[in-house]
Amino acid sequence: MKFNKYKAWLYLAPALVFLLAFMVYPLIDVLVYSFEEGFNSASQTYFGVGFYNYSYVLSDPYFLSAVGNTFILVFITVPLSTFLSLVISLALASIKKLRELFQTVYFLPYVTNTLAVGLVFMILFRPTPHSDGLVNAFLGLFGISPIDFIDGPYAMKMLVLCLYTVWTVMPFKILVLTSALLSVKEEYYNAARIDGTPRLRIITKITLPMISPTLFYLIITGFIGAFKAYSDAVALFGVNLNVAGMNTIVGYIYDMLYGEGGGYPSYASAAAIILFLIILTVTAINLTVSRRRTFY
Amino acid sequence: MKITLNSVTKIFPSRSRKKPEPVVAVNDFTFEFPDGRLVAILGPSGCGKSTTLHLISGLEKPTGGRIFFGDTDMTEIPAEGRGVGLVFQSYALYPHLSVLRNITFPLENLKGENKLTREEREARAYEAARLVQIDELMDRRPSELSGGQMQRVAIARALVKLPSVLLLDEPLSNLDARLRLRTREEIRRIQRATGITTLFVTHDQEEAMSISDLIVVMKDGVIMQTGKPQEVYDDPACLFVATFLGTPPINVILAEVRDGGLYIGNAEVMRVAGAPDGEVYCAIRPEGFAPSEDGALPCGLSEVEVMGRDVSAVCTHPSLISDEMRVIIPSDTELDASSDTVKFNLKPHKVYLFDKQTEKRIYFDL
Amino acid sequence: MISNTSSVRESLKRRDIIFNIFVYTLLVIFALIVIFPFWWMIITSFKSYGDYNAEVVPTLIAVSPTVENFIKVFTDVPLARYILNTVIYSVSTTALMLVISIPAAFAFARLDFRGKDILFTLFLALMMIPSELVIITNFVTVTELNLRNTFTGLILPSASSVFYVYLLKESFSAVPNELYLAAKVDGTSDLKFMLKVMTPVCKPTVITVTLLKLIECWNAYVWPRLITDEETHFLVSNGIQQLRESGFGRENVPAMMAAVVVISVPLILLFLIFRGRIMEGVARGGSKG
Repeated sequence: MKFNKYKAWLYLAPALVFLLAFMVYPLIDVLVYSFEEGFNSASQTYFGVGFYNYSYVLSDPYFLSAVGNTFILVFITVPLSTFLSLVISLALASIKKLRELFQTVYFLPYVTNTLAVGLVFMILFRPTPHSDGLVNAFLGLFGISPIDFIDGPYAMKMLVLCLYTVWTVMPFKILVLTSALLSVKEEYYNAARIDGTPRLRIITKITLPMISPTLFYLIITGFIGAFKAYSDAVALFGVNLNVAGMNTIVGYIYDMLYGEGGGYPSYASAAAIILFLIILTVTAINLTVSRRRTFY
Repeated sequence: MKITLNSVTKIFPSRSRKKPEPVVAVNDFTFEFPDGRLVAILGPSGCGKSTTLHLISGLEKPTGGRIFFGDTDMTEIPAEGRGVGLVFQSYALYPHLSVLRNITFPLENLKGENKLTREEREARAYEAARLVQIDELMDRRPSELSGGQMQRVAIARALVKLPSVLLLDEPLSNLDARLRLRTREEIRRIQRATGITTLFVTHDQEEAMSISDLIVVMKDGVIMQTGKPQEVYDDPACLFVATFLGTPPINVILAEVRDGGLYIGNAEVMRVAGAPDGEVYCAIRPEGFAPSEDGALPCGLSEVEVMGRDVSAVCTHPSLISDEMRVIIPSDTELDASSDTVKFNLKPHKVYLFDKQTEKRIYFDL
Repeated sequence: MISNTSSVRESLKRRDIIFNIFVYTLLVIFALIVIFPFWWMIITSFKSYGDYNAEVVPTLIAVSPTVENFIKVFTDVPLARYILNTVIYSVSTTALMLVISIPAAFAFARLDFRGKDILFTLFLALMMIPSELVIITNFVTVTELNLRNTFTGLILPSASSVFYVYLLKESFSAVPNELYLAAKVDGTSDLKFMLKVMTPVCKPTVITVTLLKLIECWNAYVWPRLITDEETHFLVSNGIQQLRESGFGRENVPAMMAAVVVISVPLILLFLIFRGRIMEGVARGGSKG
């Protein structure tokens, strides 16, 4: 009987050990790091405790540009991808034939390696020795002169990054939205149709309110995910994102930690905490807004 | 093997914040379930009957009291070590295993000298399956069985380990009406054939009355009465038992005893010598009425249904606890169905008196 | 009157047809946008280096298909090694994840112990912690333990997953409690019940969780990049990144595409086989990475 009392802990022990070692301890440690000034990872020493790491990071032009890039990326891709996903999902939900086929196709980007397909994207947008690249060739059909997307002006690089990000995040959103739409009971639509309600009105007055919790869930997780953007940028512009002027906050953290110019876990920690605070604030705002708008 | 419960009590800590007081599920339960008999534990839902079953099986540990199997104290032994067979209301068959593997599953847990080979296990499983007549379904999955077949598999799984006691939790409640009749005969047959002490829990008094050797009536965790079904029916110890047993239910009328006479309204309806004066509940079985021109109890007559052998009449009386009462009389009795009123004489041995405060039985001389 | 309603019906029908044409057009266009990169990478991987670079107008079919690129990716770069590494990493991490998550989920779903509710709430709270916060210390820890460029260093910090414990726990909790009680009465130990009853009964969820973790591992980039800087322990993501930076000596786009095809095919196959399970699991709240 005595053994039984502790048995549950025996079952939990492996998971707890792993979580304590690789999540809880690091969580505390990252805070500690961020306040230790002049930490030297070789000698494990530091000079003092304070906000120096934060002030250094906040005045680092690379960090500021990373923050700028991240914010632009977030505020373009989240609304755009959510809106497009909603349109596609509404279309998907309104058909029966071929729906499964379309769903499967749309989900493909989710299961592919971000780096690998990013490479494909980059090459599509880049000139080859004897042509301006496939996208430019396509644009040429409409009389648009060739653009250097990958090594050219900032706006064009950002455009490509946004496009690729939207392409990679849409599968998840379409999947979740479509299953939410399909779970809305048929009776509501039938009732509205008998009343002669026009399609657009059904969507805005019935469908959207019914799936609003899912929509807000997607917006909130979409913001969180977009703030953590990194792999997409690496896939398109390579690991030296600072040189390309396309770094993101997460990219800055990793650069500080490792690679050329790395070896500063304190700066990395401070940047990570700042990122966490940004995400927390934006999520809190999102939750407040959604609580006022959600119908459930 | 006889099962003895000695002052067994089970108290659950409160689960809701609204009601902080603990729940006494079983209160001071003392009873000896005799060897080789079929005993029904009967009571309304929430009366603690399932908890009693779980206490016997070892799934719950009593807060107080002792439990004996034969002469062995089993109170501290967990369910794994008691060797009881338990059939759940939902049957609890393992959905991923075939019928055969479901039945052999308990045998796979035997260790040491009791360990069985695969052939022995399967032989035992087939033996149990033949007993409940499902030996042709051994390769099916539970999802491919009907409710009645699942029930049999569950019983076979409980029997295969030759349990000291077989416990059945609401064994018939998930079956449709026709199957219920057949299955209860089946349970009776299996119990007779194996001679295993069998306890089953039910809220259906008809079920309990029809097949069991003994019934234990429970309410709010307390045993109200025990005995042979007919004895309990004929001689209820309290108002609850009287109202709980019998279909249609017994009719309860507010009455008064004055000088050895039973008064309903202002009419003296019966002599009840030996009963003390005071207000009482008078409970009359539906078959306790005899219509008569000079009957002592005048009632309103609202409906008469002829049901072949019997006539069922719905009557009213201002002193009734419920809105109306059911009266069952042989169909050859004369009854003017077109009349609005009817007069009855009461059959004394179908009339029970209960104290208005304690609801305990008041006996009188017949 | 009759002709009136039938003409109304006609016009409604026409509107439905127009609407459907519009919807299917939209869906087909979007499907083409999604498929196009895949199509393009496949056809390019079959073009020769010379053909590709000589194209003045990009072509959407391989005029004279060749498999030389596929040979190249296995001879010029150690892609086979990367794939083997990734398989080792993905399978071990997923197996370890299952070994630690199933008992934890079982304890939360079935066993009673003090502080269960509080612990589970804390558990869920951990789901909200971005991995970027904890990766810094894990990087330092693994470096200090001299586990860089080892599978141990790669696998251990990736194996725990609060989300999968949560999914498993939900599924375990849905198994009727009577099954557990029945097993107990039959003398089954908790461990045996977990392995012989709970896990098989919840097989769909276990499979889903396994697949999601495999996908996650196969696509992992950040952690492997931090922890490995030797080719011997590169995973496919690092391999692709390395190819992108240094190419095959010269920028050999068709060969790169061949590499991309080779590393994408296993996952796409896995997805097509277990389409339903994966999509269902993701729809229940999975998120990438």
